[in-house]
Amino acid sequence: MTHTSSPKPPEVRDSQVVADIQSVDFAYNNSPKVLEDVSLRILQGQYLAVLGPNGGGKTTLIKILLGLLKPQQGQVSVFGQTPAQARPRIGYLPQYAENRDDFPVSVLDTVLMGVRTKKRWGMRYSAPEREKALQSLEEVGLSGYADRLLGHLSGGERQRVFIARALAADPELLILDEPTSNIDPQAKFCFYEFLAELKASVSIIVVSHDLSITTAHIDSIACVNKMLLYNARPEVTQEMFDLLYGMHERHTCPMAGFGPSHPGFLNRLQPRS
Amino acid sequence: MLDALSYPFMQNALLAGLFASIACGIIGSLIVVNRMVFLAGGVAHMAYGGVGLAFYAGWPVLPSTIGFTLLASLGLAGLTLNRRSRTDTVIGVFWAAGMALGILLLDLAPGYNVDLMSYLFGSILTVPLRDVIWMAGIVLVLLLVIGLYYRDLKAMSFDPEFARTRGVPVTFLHFLLVALLGVSVVMVIQVVGLILVIALLTIPSYLAQRKAQSLGRMMIAAAGWAAVFCLFGLMAAYYFDLTSGASIIAVGTVCFFLVLVWDKCVGALRSYPSA
Repeated sequence: MTHTSSPKPPEVRDSQVVADIQSVDFAYNNSPKVLEDVSLRILQGQYLAVLGPNGGGKTTLIKILLGLLKPQQGQVSVFGQTPAQARPRIGYLPQYAENRDDFPVSVLDTVLMGVRTKKRWGMRYSAPEREKALQSLEEVGLSGYADRLLGHLSGGERQRVFIARALAADPELLILDEPTSNIDPQAKFCFYEFLAELKASVSIIVVSHDLSITTAHIDSIACVNKMLLYNARPEVTQEMFDLLYGMHERHTCPMAGFGPSHPGFLNRLQPRS
Repeated sequence: MLDALSYPFMQNALLAGLFASIACGIIGSLIVVNRMVFLAGGVAHMAYGGVGLAFYAGWPVLPSTIGFTLLASLGLAGLTLNRRSRTDTVIGVFWAAGMALGILLLDLAPGYNVDLMSYLFGSILTVPLRDVIWMAGIVLVLLLVIGLYYRDLKAMSFDPEFARTRGVPVTFLHFLLVALLGVSVVMVIQVVGLILVIALLTIPSYLAQRKAQSLGRMMIAAAGWAAVFCLFGLMAAYYFDLTSGASIIAVGTVCFFLVLVWDKCVGALRSYPSA
């Protein structure tokens, strides 16, 4: 179900469409559907936040965009190509994974993994590849860090390295999955500021379960919780809140069961008159 | 030690230890950074099925064990490709099934097999020259394959999903890695036996990972540690008349704990305010 609360521009030229998802259904083998009848269109230069609860299908949606997962129903095109064909033009920042923290790799080598290249064989990287990686590091303000071990950096610095890795591909679309999940609130703010500066040159999709992203300079919001709601303005609508948090009645709220003297315990938390 | 070196069996043992160390350094590092140690254990025990098959059918042991383990580990690679599914359970089943198959085939094999224990605990002091030559060949193939695929293997180990978006053939490399693991494990079984093979894959890699600047240097350092363990383990086995495989692992384990304690002490000293 796609809902547009403010009208889209009437004519959208194909050349402006970066990604087009049409009535997509997805389920992991024989499990209930994670995504149902999801449609979304991303235009050139757009800075879209994808919000949703954990397990709501956000990461699934972007893995479909990257061609890492194939939907059972519906069409997906990126730059007018299949997602797998379009991959070289997409910069990707995956979710934080702990096992990367102690991997023996330098900052420069990490960024080199993102450089667009035809070269596959061998152990060495070519001079143009290195140059590109160093340039990406400069873009994220980590010029002096090339030879440092990735594991010795702070969480925020490491995320910037991963951004540099995504930028090293000269992407036309940047997809960031929970980019601020492992960095402190102060660094989070700086990180969003930094993304806003990139905005002019590429289309960006930022996935988050954290509503504070709406304070960043995003220009549109999609909420995903099995279904998808879209707003072409950077505001979370009442409808979206309902989709994100559900329209719970008290007796369906699982917390009520934890009270010492159910069901009156939640009432006692309210101020007495 | 010098007089010991004049014996051909000792020379073979040292060469076998050297080749096994190189294989352990390369494959062990990849296994450790890919969090595939349990899978390596499964492959090692499945290899016993190959040993059983070789005795049952009367085939040469090393080549047929390599062939069997290669096929079995490719099967295991297929089943564990999707890491969401119950990978550890599947490996557990293969682990036990391979072992049981080996024992049953040895029961059915004609004649009485005396050197059964050598496959469980290794027999580096009785490795024939023919097997040493096999090992040299395997190491050569290993070095060649790693040299060719180093960049992609590194990218896959670091972040398979991202690597896939950059065109790295992740599925193929997963099968390749498990296949290389299978071949290497059979080789290392000669040295320390299938029960102790995990130690030689993990301890050197752990020690090497602490300060490594890159995956390649981690491999080299791990091979170095493994070679040290083999050398001192062999010396201990020779002079004190101990089981060679267990001596090698004992040296490794002592080093492991010494380094662990050392790192803890250094860490504690660093965090102590100097002023």
